Amino acid sequence: MKKYRIGPDGKATFAIVQAEDELAAIGMVLGASWAGARAMTSTSGPGISLMTEFTGMGYYAEIPAVIFDIQRVGPSTGLPTRTSQGDLLSIAFLGHGDTKNVMLFPGSVAECFSMATQAFDLAEQLQTPIFVLSDLDLGMNNWMSEPFPYPEKPLQRGKVLSAEDLKRLGGFARYKDVDQDAIPYRTLPGTDHPGAAYFTRGSGHNEKAQYSERPDDYQNNMERLARKFETARSYVPRPEVVEDRGEKIGIIAYGSSDFAVRESRDQLKREYQVRADYLRIRAFPFSREVHEFVSKHERVYVVEQNRDAQMLSLLKLDLNASHTPKLHSVRHFNGLPIDARSVTDDIISQEGR
Amino acid sequence: MASTPTSTPAPKTNRLGLQVIDYRGGKTTLCAGCGHNAISERVIDAMYEMGVQPERVLKLSGIGCSSKTPAYFIARAHSFNSLHGRMPSVATGAVLANRSMLSLGVSGDGDTASIGMGQFIHLMRRNLPIIYIIEDNGVYGLTKGQFSATADLGSKQKSGVINDLPAIDTCALAIQMGATFVARSFSGDKKQLLTMLKAAIAHRGTVMLDVISPCVTFNDHEGSTKSYKYVQEHEEAVAEVGFVPHFEDIAVDYDPGTTFDVRMHDGSHLRLRKLHEDYDPTNKINAVKNLMEAHEKGEVLTGIFYIDTQKPNFVDLLQMTETPLAQLPQETVRPPKRVLDEVMESLR
Repeated sequence: MKKYRIGPDGKATFAIVQAEDELAAIGMVLGASWAGARAMTSTSGPGISLMTEFTGMGYYAEIPAVIFDIQRVGPSTGLPTRTSQGDLLSIAFLGHGDTKNVMLFPGSVAECFSMATQAFDLAEQLQTPIFVLSDLDLGMNNWMSEPFPYPEKPLQRGKVLSAEDLKRLGGFARYKDVDQDAIPYRTLPGTDHPGAAYFTRGSGHNEKAQYSERPDDYQNNMERLARKFETARSYVPRPEVVEDRGEKIGIIAYGSSDFAVRESRDQLKREYQVRADYLRIRAFPFSREVHEFVSKHERVYVVEQNRDAQMLSLLKLDLNASHTPKLHSVRHFNGLPIDARSVTDDIISQEGR
Repeated sequence: MASTPTSTPAPKTNRLGLQVIDYRGGKTTLCAGCGHNAISERVIDAMYEMGVQPERVLKLSGIGCSSKTPAYFIARAHSFNSLHGRMPSVATGAVLANRSMLSLGVSGDGDTASIGMGQFIHLMRRNLPIIYIIEDNGVYGLTKGQFSATADLGSKQKSGVINDLPAIDTCALAIQMGATFVARSFSGDKKQLLTMLKAAIAHRGTVMLDVISPCVTFNDHEGSTKSYKYVQEHEEAVAEVGFVPHFEDIAVDYDPGTTFDVRMHDGSHLRLRKLHEDYDPTNKINAVKNLMEAHEKGEVLTGIFYIDTQKPNFVDLLQMTETPLAQLPQETVRPPKRVLDEVMESLR
């Protein structure tokens, strides 16, 4: 940053702050994002626990934020130098009350880079915290990679009204669903119009951001937030359909399990003549392709690095109930990165071979 | 033709041509007589008199009676009512993102000295440019009036319970931690509080203003050291505060032996007429000593205890651009492809 983001006047166009703790780190991110800057923080599971109250406010008050979780082994301090995919379920619903969060799952270091760009776009488009769930294996170990591609698409800054917009519209209501996509408009502090200001709060509010405990106001707002989460399905990165040749067996994986699954598919084919299609999930909420992939296959193995089959559980909540019996779990959670042989052996055993 | 005697005079306006009404907010929902309402009134007066554009103000707060008050002043300013004890971090992010705004944080004694202590001292330490007001009543007014950490030792609750833990002096703490404008006032002292707030607006660092604000419901009674009566009887100012904004002529009465004149960042003058013989507001050690001695005597010392206009604030320290970060063009926030190629090449 110091090399590339200091202007000709010697002034910084960025700020890096070593916060006193995770609570302050996420607070600074929300404050900066609220004021219109792009801001992020990175942490691991215990830090996510500490940030919970603030990210819940980000969800409810609809403030953009980007949080990288380099997942390591929990619960508690767990195995702090080992890798896992154990934070999915807690992050999906992080916060008290009804809360749902958008998650991205990078599957390589190159994707950690490209998804950072996407996460900032999504945070501002959807006006909500975006969690990028990397893991210790991707985040701390050395990897070989093709050079990262340069992001060509312009930045997506979301629905922000300027003073000119306000003059034309005569005012605005911060939490009103104007475009029927459940995403409201916001203004930034310093907008030179007497109607630009609004009151940001974690307490109940109506469309005009005024304090309200009226049953209708609360319920309408919560319903809109749920609809906004549905809108998110079509905004988040699509899954990667690695191969779909109409086989009976499908594999679903995500994150750093990708490499092991690719190798395992070769082992299954070569050693057992078992062919399996493969879809790599890249985001939550799930887009249409995930539902289609499950519906097309007889048996779907969900490969992941945690004890409780967390991705499978999220799929169960989202899929048509008639499809959930198709899901089978392949889990690897001993702190070491997942390997192809473990996946192959588990699938073969479950296939009764 | 002379104007008819019945014509109404033009409403009073400030140097921006705005009226006091342009600085008002929603109707207060706090108890009648609450000291916090008086503080909101003084904030309105100070912003009006200093001619601050309402849209250029950021209001930030935590949780509690005090933190509700930003809804009751300057409705034309963006406001962020954050989490209990966490306003300092939100303020830090917002100020870094847009240093051109005038930031005003409102907190309470519980919000600051209990749950928010960690973030509070780190904000002071960074000398973030913000006016940080503690509306200090020594009790938890939203939850039946339990003692907060600023309640004085030996002070009595409405129910008769005596406080057996020592008070945290937020002013002494702020001075030690690095705030550059530290003062204490009383919500009932209109003149002193207004003058302090006007001077605070001219300052470009952390202003920590502890305002004793009686809770009419839970501590405005005999035995409390934060009641109207107690403070009126025990208040002692270290210096009389005078302030001349940069857009007014400096008055000529200046008596070097008994007066301290501080030139503020915007060219305003803060003038302190000493009441305590040896009072020097630029001397940290002296300031803390005075505060400690007042505690010993059971006095409520008020005034501007400490001021430093030389120390760089946090945004200056980080050499932040004047442009709000949201307004930076894409070419600035996304360096060209050449830069990414260069970084990639260095990783080969």
